[in-house]
Amino acid sequence: MTFTDLLNTLGVPMALLGAVLAALMAGIGSAIGVGMAGEAAAGALTEDPSKFGKVLILQLLPGTQGIYGLLIAFLTLSNIGILGGSADISFAKGMLYFFACVPMGFVGLWSAKRQARASVASINLISRKPDQFGKSIILPAMVETYAVLALLVSLLAVANIGKLPL
Amino acid sequence: MPELYPYAAARIHARELSLLSRQNLDQLLAAKTYDECLHSLRGLGWDEGDTAEEILAAETQKTWQLMGELLPQPEVFQLFRLPADFNNAKAAVKSVVTNVQVDRVFLPGGSIQPESMAKALKDNDFSAIPAWMAKPLQEAQQLLLQTRDGQLCDVLLDKAALDAMMQEGKKSECALLKEYAQLFVAVADLKIAQRAILTGRPASFLKEALAECDTLSLSRLEAAALEGMDGLESYLSLTDYADAIPALKAGASAFDKWRDDRIMALIQGEKANPFTLGPVAAYYLARQNEIAMVRIILSAKRNGLDVEDVQERLRVMYV
Repeated sequence: MTFTDLLNTLGVPMALLGAVLAALMAGIGSAIGVGMAGEAAAGALTEDPSKFGKVLILQLLPGTQGIYGLLIAFLTLSNIGILGGSADISFAKGMLYFFACVPMGFVGLWSAKRQARASVASINLISRKPDQFGKSIILPAMVETYAVLALLVSLLAVANIGKLPL
Repeated sequence: MPELYPYAAARIHARELSLLSRQNLDQLLAAKTYDECLHSLRGLGWDEGDTAEEILAAETQKTWQLMGELLPQPEVFQLFRLPADFNNAKAAVKSVVTNVQVDRVFLPGGSIQPESMAKALKDNDFSAIPAWMAKPLQEAQQLLLQTRDGQLCDVLLDKAALDAMMQEGKKSECALLKEYAQLFVAVADLKIAQRAILTGRPASFLKEALAECDTLSLSRLEAAALEGMDGLESYLSLTDYADAIPALKAGASAFDKWRDDRIMALIQGEKANPFTLGPVAAYYLARQNEIAMVRIILSAKRNGLDVEDVQERLRVMYV
């Protein structure tokens, strides 16, 4: 077995590592975020249970990054043949898949945590001023922009790496 | 990084909506009689108890109950329990030394049962009392036994209370509690200096009574107080408390109002803080303030005081 053959056996593990990172880091960020926003939501609901619908939306906002991470991981697993077909890709392609997953992993983790802080602040805002729900939801939603941008980059890359002649 | 309290902060921000505003106080003041004022107060949700004292005690109790629900570790608010603890210590020492029952002057809200302090003093066994209280308690008992001077005993325990508050403030992770402890001790020092000037107390009294704080120099405050009110004013003009000078000149009541308004100014920023212990501490102080304001109004109505005189004494409210 040549060195190149040996290296190419690492193609699938590298791609798999990328998929795992995307799901793992974005998932951890969302779990932390939804948990923190949930604590604040419980505090607001203890005083006024009628705000359930409003605070639920704010609590769920940091949960989207976990879903984006799962989507990228699922697409990567599908493209490298782990979910069916031939799991045989070169080291170069494996590395490309790995790097394609990185934006979603890192941005997912960080944006979920920061979005949670914005959601907690917004839950506090509607606790004091219930009529400001519209504004309160826009503030944490702005953080979502950057999670969506990372999702787009990862998605476009993962979807098109298979077409490259490597 | 300080510990986060998202549940407590969100719950307390929702609770802030039920705090009394200046309009509520004006409504109470507008009542023609004491009974009408009490009726309006009940309409605002202060309805547990038959008499004014019972209502105010119930509101204080409700605040501590809420703090207990919000804070899994009650020791984070030890700072707020110390005044009651040391008040109870004074009563316990005097009760044991003079052998007079004083149960009615014990305050609720302390961290040590007043009965256990009295028992420790009687048995001369302080093993069940925390160290920060055991030493001043023993010293106060010995001092009272030797001198029979209740004021000296009070000075010793007041100083110990201020020292304990400063320690708690420094220990706290919460920036508001740190600042509050500094302000509380500095204001107490200023009151001691003012009282010493007005009653012509010697330097030895100031040395025994003044407590260390980071915002005042004790040696300079002591020297300024010995020079008289002009000396105190000229020293204060160089400190963070320059705005207290007109209140100090106007008398004890004006100085208390300045102190309470300064505390309200200190806690205002916590309305926009959704994470730390700060909003909970701010709510506690706001509740203390509104209970004090309602007490002033009820007392004024009971004694038929002029509305304008009372309005001058009303403090800035949190909401």
